[in-house]
Amino acid sequence: MDKEQYSKLVKKHTPKEDRFLNAVKAFVFGGLLGVLAEAIMELIRNVFDLPILDATVWMMIIFIFSACLLTALGVFDKLTNFLKAAIIIPITGFAHSVTSAALDYKQDGLIQGIGSNCFKLAGSVLLYGIIGAFILVLVGVLINV
Amino acid sequence: MTYIYAFLFVGFLCLIAQVIIDNTCLTFGHVTSMFVVLGAVLGFFDIYDKIIELAGAGASLPITSFGNLLYHAGLDGYLENGILGIFQNMLTTTSAGITATIVFAFIMTLIFKPKD
Repeated sequence: MDKEQYSKLVKKHTPKEDRFLNAVKAFVFGGLLGVLAEAIMELIRNVFDLPILDATVWMMIIFIFSACLLTALGVFDKLTNFLKAAIIIPITGFAHSVTSAALDYKQDGLIQGIGSNCFKLAGSVLLYGIIGAFILVLVGVLINV
Repeated sequence: MTYIYAFLFVGFLCLIAQVIIDNTCLTFGHVTSMFVVLGAVLGFFDIYDKIIELAGAGASLPITSFGNLLYHAGLDGYLENGILGIFQNMLTTTSAGITATIVFAFIMTLIFKPKD
């Protein structure tokens, strides 16, 4: 009986609505970021008369620059608390992880600090991205041969 | 219409990521790594290109796009120069993202002090 009451109490106080709210926030703000990306790309494409591919790369560079700057200013972590996964999953999350790792280890010097640690978090993205892509290319080639 | 698809696609990815993080013990590091591989898999089945056709630049923003670009660059390399081409070409299209990240992160690190 006591246990049941306890588990009920736990269930009651587990932030269930919070999870739902987090998911909604991630969806809405993530979506808005996607729209913003498309809008910036269109703007660059029209203003500078560039092909879509170049404009897309400029758009990504702008996002990366903003993420690095916001991280260095200490704003990005506060944004993450509010926007949740919405700014981690886009390329901004990658830029943030490199900048924050580099900043955290800045005190250890240029080589042992920044150099050794800047890919501490982003390294897994590069590693598994390249390994995954490599294996898939091999698989695709073997299937088609 | 592109804007709606961009909203739905990026929003949906972020939603999945948030649900995984809130309901399992996986961290953002796990999820982003999984999403990169997911992007490569979607590229493998030629799905990602169709998503980009629909969602435009919005589909290039999430980290899944990184995996897709890696896969296609590797494949193009193979078609050009065989196995050697995979090694030569793998990082070509993602180079802009990686280089920009390293350059800006380094500059910011030199200029700013860490905040706690």
